Amino acid sequence: MRSELSVNGESVPVDVTPDTPLLWVLRDELGLTGTKFGCGMGLCGACTVHVEGQPVRTCVTPLSAVLGKAITTVEGVGRNRVGHAVQEAWLALGVPQCGYCQAGQIMSAVALLRQSPHPSDDDIDGAMAGNLCRCGTYLRIRAAIHRAAQQLRRSP
Amino acid sequence: MSMRKTGATGALTRRSVLRGAVALGGLALCLRDSGRLVLASEAPQYGADAFPGGVVDNPLVFLSIHPDDTVTITVHRPEMGQGIRTSLALVVADELEADWQRVQVTQAPADETRYGSQDTDGSRSMRHFFEPMRRVGAAARMMVEGAAAAHWGVSVSEVVAERQQVLHRGSGRRLSYGQLAEQAMRQPIPEPRQLRLKDPAQFRYIGKSSARAIDGTDIVSGRALYGIDARLDGMLYAVVARPAVSGGKLVRYDARAALAVPGVVQVVEIPSHPPPAQSYPLGGVAVLARNTWAAIKGREALKLQWDDGPNRSYDSRQFETVLEQAVRNPGKVVRNLGDAPSVLERSGNRIEAEYYLPFLAHASMEPPAATARIVDGHCEVWAPTQAPQLTRDVVTELVGMKESDVTVHVTLLGGAFGRKSMPDFAAEAAVLSKAMRGRPVRVFWTREDDIQHDYYQAAALQHLEAVLGPDGMPLAWLHRSASPTENATFTAGAEGLDLTEYGMGMINVPFRIPNIRLEIPNVPAYTRIGWFRSVYNITHGFAIQSFLDELAHAAGRDPREYQLALIGPPRRIDPRSIGDQWNYGESPTLYPLDTGRLRAVIERATREAGWGGARPKGHGLGLAATYSFMSYAAAVIEVQIGKNGEIAIPRVNLAFDCGPQINPDRIRAQLEGACIMGLTLAKYGEITFKDGRVQQSNFSDLPLMRISEAPREIRLHLQTASFDVPPGGVGEPGLPPIAPALCNAIFAATGRRIRRLPIGATLSGQA
Repeated sequence: MRSELSVNGESVPVDVTPDTPLLWVLRDELGLTGTKFGCGMGLCGACTVHVEGQPVRTCVTPLSAVLGKAITTVEGVGRNRVGHAVQEAWLALGVPQCGYCQAGQIMSAVALLRQSPHPSDDDIDGAMAGNLCRCGTYLRIRAAIHRAAQQLRRSP
Repeated sequence: MSMRKTGATGALTRRSVLRGAVALGGLALCLRDSGRLVLASEAPQYGADAFPGGVVDNPLVFLSIHPDDTVTITVHRPEMGQGIRTSLALVVADELEADWQRVQVTQAPADETRYGSQDTDGSRSMRHFFEPMRRVGAAARMMVEGAAAAHWGVSVSEVVAERQQVLHRGSGRRLSYGQLAEQAMRQPIPEPRQLRLKDPAQFRYIGKSSARAIDGTDIVSGRALYGIDARLDGMLYAVVARPAVSGGKLVRYDARAALAVPGVVQVVEIPSHPPPAQSYPLGGVAVLARNTWAAIKGREALKLQWDDGPNRSYDSRQFETVLEQAVRNPGKVVRNLGDAPSVLERSGNRIEAEYYLPFLAHASMEPPAATARIVDGHCEVWAPTQAPQLTRDVVTELVGMKESDVTVHVTLLGGAFGRKSMPDFAAEAAVLSKAMRGRPVRVFWTREDDIQHDYYQAAALQHLEAVLGPDGMPLAWLHRSASPTENATFTAGAEGLDLTEYGMGMINVPFRIPNIRLEIPNVPAYTRIGWFRSVYNITHGFAIQSFLDELAHAAGRDPREYQLALIGPPRRIDPRSIGDQWNYGESPTLYPLDTGRLRAVIERATREAGWGGARPKGHGLGLAATYSFMSYAAAVIEVQIGKNGEIAIPRVNLAFDCGPQINPDRIRAQLEGACIMGLTLAKYGEITFKDGRVQQSNFSDLPLMRISEAPREIRLHLQTASFDVPPGGVGEPGLPPIAPALCNAIFAATGRRIRRLPIGATLSGQA
């Protein structure tokens, strides 16, 4: 089925069955491989993108649910202020180890900071608990979210 | 994540048999990197030299300087999150006096003849390649200096390289590395004895944490390419239905419904390999489609009939009774000092305990995935592999081509932890591409595939007995370690841990006990056994460090003081003197077991944690200390047990001594990760089998620790050491003390002793 998707500000045609999870549309059809597979059941957050600004697990979101909606992936999130601040904080604190889950972590962190510019540790734990990291970067993720929040307050 | 067996260990892999040594007229000869044949008895026995491929330190292999003043450094060890692409490159860059901002890194393809040992496990990359990569950088620096001196017509002693320029001291003239690039690369390579390595005081990047991570920007912007990300024109996406039971086989299948799924292109049978499993594909039926989702739907539509084979009734609960019988009877004695059995027999005051660890799955966030194509008789594979050369060897064999016609590109690894030392998944991609007449095929494993077809960390039951003397210290110590051996994956019917397995934390403990007996009972393996980060050190660390805590309490003594007394005064123990003929493949003189360093990490961790101070009700501190992969680690974990048995971990103090620190920030990152992984396996890690099948399938029934349960604080204390000290491992040795420190803390908080992992989410959850 032919349809149009809006990804990172661009309209792109796709031709797959409407039940295809957005994850595989992004990765296989559009070549946006920054969004990762982790579990296929919405349990790990590796596949998180923003749909209309909200974090969404693409492995359990069919294409039909996002037609006509604005999708932002890790490849595009750095173009906005919060996304850029989060990426910079991730680099400054050396958050990634293998890095595989970090796209999802960053997308969840950006969504958190948009909603809650001054998150506490508990806020962070609550918002980020859906994102698994097998390398164990959790403490640096907490610190990097605080750092990004500070940077954003300093240069509004 | 252990070491492939080498000649020094007595157990040869197929690969080292093929490439490492040839027998000629009864005389064992080894082919060295130089191509020179030497007598096996003269062959180096230790370190990287004992591995197939050995060490290469030719600067022309590892770096090139370009006229645009950039430097490309080739890293030959796979990157799986340990930061090796940054750390090895910065070693070269430092000795080269390169400007890190101008350094690019390329990843070497599989080619151990050209690059030396690439097999990335056993916490060996920096241990084995710090010095060679220093030599690479230093040789290239001298070549640049030589080129500048020749250019100016001055003596090389008058010029000095600094920050990517060469300065002529007398005239103040300067040339950039870019200007010297072509001449420098044509200079003669300095002889080893001429090499001038830097004084460590002059290091710019080594030992500092300032160097930009090579892959950081690509990772945070989604541009980094992992094994799952390789994309080729016309590529098909494959998922494979594999036998659910290890050793099972396909009987027949019907692909009609699968082929009717929109997007499915082809269905291909992959032959299974007769046991032992080794690192070959499991076999089964692949569905190839134009995207992953279509392949997954196609696989669901396959009609499959399997013969589950000889392991069809395997049940891991029942297997526990096999382990119990094994550890309650004498096994093969691997170390004996004095007469522990009769001391234990005579005593009416024997303390006994048994500790159970289940099978563990690696569950790296990137599941196995690989891509292959064959063009004009050349096979290319893109794989997230820890074992590039083994991957190349297996692919070469299965596609029936010459090694020179097979290229294995090493992608980033989205976590590995030992799983990706086995290239079964990469071989699947090559086999499928061949079946599709060379068309590019990417094989993708779902999470269920990953969890149910892993090479598992072996379940183990440990039996310990001791008799305490009047001072509370042990007079006798008996330890039996019953666990399937990883060798069973390569040799059908292999039973009982070998030297490289009980050499991981069972035999190499420095306790001063007059009667010691260590025994290995034989137990079979019914599934694919593999290496999991720190491997049997997890097993032995958990049992020994828990048992010590039990003995201290039985003796009415403080566990810290008790362990220090048992270790005794600072001294350097030759591992051979305590029965350890392996020593992780390292020289026993270069790497003795240094009890001073072990004591120091215990003292540091306990001091920093406020050991001995008062704790609120429900809180407890637990200590564990382990020596593994030539590094020393001591963890003090604080727990807080809630009303309903919830286990909160407010704080971990981990003291660590790996000798010199080449990239301290990545060492810290590895230790933080080891803490989380250790806590995860202690609380949740468990794979069970019923009817031969793995019962877990995804993160729903195999939970991983989440950020909300992670400690609020992990305080790391790195012991400083000079660069004269040989480096120890980093990736694995932080892990073994974590689970026992947690369990000892739970005992301190509640009086409840954990002898069986996993604990569960809450204490009340444990049976």
